[in-house]
Amino acid sequence: MLSRTADHLYWMARYIERAENAARVLDVTYNMSLVPTATGNDADLWQAAVEITGNIEAFERDYGTANAKNVIQYLTMDSNNSSSIYSALRSARENARAVRVTMTTETWENINALWLEFDQFLRKDLTAEGLSEFCDWVKSRSHLFRGVCFGTMLRDEAFSFVRLGTFIERADNTARLLNIKYDFLMPVQYQMGGAVDYYEWSAVLRSVSAFQAYQKIYSDAIDPVRVSELLVLRHDMPRSLHACYDEIMPIIEQVAANRQSETKRLAGELHAKLHYGKMQDIFQHGLHEFLESFIHSNHVLGEEIQRSFLSATV
Amino acid sequence: MSNTVEQFFDEMQAKVGDVRSIYKAYQSWLKNVPTQQLVAKRAEAELLFRRVGITFNVYGEADGAERLIPFDVIPRLISAKEWTHLSAGVVQRVRALNMFLHDIYHQQEIIQAGIVPYTILSNPQYRPEMFGVDVPNQIYAHIAGVDLVRTSESQFYVLEDNLRTPSGVSYMLENRKMMMRLFPDLFRQYSVAPVEHYPHVLLNNLRSVAQSGVQDPTIVLLSPGAYNSAYFEHAFLAQQMGIELVEGQDLFVRNNAVYMRTTQGPRRVDVIYRRIDDDFLDPLVFKPDSMLGVPGLLSVYRNGGVTLANAVGTGAADDKATYIYVPEMIKFYLNEEPILQNVPTYELSKEDDLAYVLDHLDELVVKEVQGSGGYGMLVGPAATKQELAEFKLRILSKPSSYIAQPTLALSTCPTLVEKGIAPRHVDLRPFVLSGKTVSVVPGGLCRVALKEGSLVVNSSQGGGTKDTWVLERDDTQPEKLTQTSKQIQKEEVAC
Repeated sequence: MLSRTADHLYWMARYIERAENAARVLDVTYNMSLVPTATGNDADLWQAAVEITGNIEAFERDYGTANAKNVIQYLTMDSNNSSSIYSALRSARENARAVRVTMTTETWENINALWLEFDQFLRKDLTAEGLSEFCDWVKSRSHLFRGVCFGTMLRDEAFSFVRLGTFIERADNTARLLNIKYDFLMPVQYQMGGAVDYYEWSAVLRSVSAFQAYQKIYSDAIDPVRVSELLVLRHDMPRSLHACYDEIMPIIEQVAANRQSETKRLAGELHAKLHYGKMQDIFQHGLHEFLESFIHSNHVLGEEIQRSFLSATV
Repeated sequence: MSNTVEQFFDEMQAKVGDVRSIYKAYQSWLKNVPTQQLVAKRAEAELLFRRVGITFNVYGEADGAERLIPFDVIPRLISAKEWTHLSAGVVQRVRALNMFLHDIYHQQEIIQAGIVPYTILSNPQYRPEMFGVDVPNQIYAHIAGVDLVRTSESQFYVLEDNLRTPSGVSYMLENRKMMMRLFPDLFRQYSVAPVEHYPHVLLNNLRSVAQSGVQDPTIVLLSPGAYNSAYFEHAFLAQQMGIELVEGQDLFVRNNAVYMRTTQGPRRVDVIYRRIDDDFLDPLVFKPDSMLGVPGLLSVYRNGGVTLANAVGTGAADDKATYIYVPEMIKFYLNEEPILQNVPTYELSKEDDLAYVLDHLDELVVKEVQGSGGYGMLVGPAATKQELAEFKLRILSKPSSYIAQPTLALSTCPTLVEKGIAPRHVDLRPFVLSGKTVSVVPGGLCRVALKEGSLVVNSSQGGGTKDTWVLERDDTQPEKLTQTSKQIQKEEVAC
């Protein structure tokens, strides 16, 4: 298929996923801000939300202090922030519009309806009780988007690039979330099984829809190492890094087909680390270092996908 | 106003009360259908068109401003006999025009013979870059839209030949689909010649003009992109033919060939059905600031590495100044008498013509030689004194940019308007396709001027469209249809 078409489909999916992740982080941050905490203060909490989803320098330049009002505005409706939910959804719709004839009618109508519905939130005060409703709406719209793609699209390259966009973006977001929260929430001299803030770690789990999964798998007190294992190495946890690469790997194999491609090597390398990695080893070298390295490699893979398939420079 | 309309030839009732034979069956059906039922059918059509996205963008309006071209549910009928005449006429014309294009870019015999003046070569649409270039099958205008108007039972005129990137064929196809959905009964009664095979014929023609030796040519449709007013049509035709819809940025030139960028690497392109004007095709040769084209495309084209449809430089033949010579071309190249007539045309570069036109400005239609889309024209009888005076100054500043024609009494066709069914002026654009053979799908885009008394049918000027029914037989019996209308009446009684 045309590289430009693939590019639009890939970015459409990435932007939808990005909006969903911003909504998840916001929702959880907001709920945490309502609970009195031992660690940190309110400003740190809101600043972390910006660090996960946006650009902290730009935020400080435009808003100054990190508080609920500023961060909510920055991450929801700020059109200058390319990662705000508003910007992400608008970009998703623009990408969709450019290739609407190559999509199924249902997929296009779904994204178009999403954009038309967005209007209702523009006049609402999201700093008050409107935020949860808004975040729920973004999440359910994102679920609907994936559902309509899955349920109506021919399993051809177009479908592959939509899925690829979703999982590259999701892997990035989960890794960033864990990385920031881990730094933020970990006691300095932590021993495995030591006491941590139950509410804060459960909030991290909830933000990736993993709270119930955690209970089901471990049925034990919340432990940061297990949380990390769940979000990094568990292949059966849909938003974990491993699960994302279980999706990415065969797609890359398929679209790169018989061609020599750096994308195959990069994806394979990352997948192997997640597939064969042990949590103990990761912690020995530092989870932080592991995640930083992962975020970087995932980003390089994204660039390589762009270069090999989507821009098709010659 | 209604008095003026009655002077015109009406497609259904040649004279009041005198229904033309092909319309008898339709008319007896129509008079039994309540107007509100037609209004409901029209609303249904609009809803469907909007859902499918058969819209056109209006330049300069905010994002998302997508409009429908008004669709009229009353068809225009053309008899089998009329169509035989018209189709032979437009095919003859396009054959001559293709020969003319080949000639002016090669030996220029028609100029040497003194039939067409050499000034044709200084026309800005004449592309010297094409001189001596051989194109496959010597076809330049693969797709031509010939605008026809009618003034009486037997008199049709050619208004213009559109040989660059004529549009509107998607409406011919979609209007037909809609009519079959809305009025299936009528199609059972009338044998209407089908038009659905148009994309198939076009695709076969495009395949036939690939460079020689190419077994399975890759064909693409080159569009200016989603913000172009005709984007729907580009996407529609690409989809119907199963070819890629590309933009300039998707193509590149290497080693005397054109490639498209695909996820599987570069892929060679053999035929480009381009819906971009010459000026924007190649920034290295034409407009240097064009972002729509492909740098180096023309060089590959001139060397025979790719086929463009339509060819570069066809504008020299559909210009209003060239139009005057088409009947002579037909005699010169084909040794035949023209089947269809031109509208008598005054060339304002000629002194006598200019004097006459300036004296009779209020009776004439004056057009810019380069103009299209109904812009930059003066309809004398409809203009105010001030408009006439202003236009006179414009003409005098550059007479050679204008031609003038008598105001034609365009035929009318019954049309559903605000106050019910009323006659409105129509034209017809059949699409002539040239490949191994020259053919025309039986039908065309029928445009209708929805404003009472208006003679301007362009969609940019508030025109609508109708389905055109070319009949395969001219002997449809009204009895059959009367039965249907009786059935309708019965159903209504039953309700």
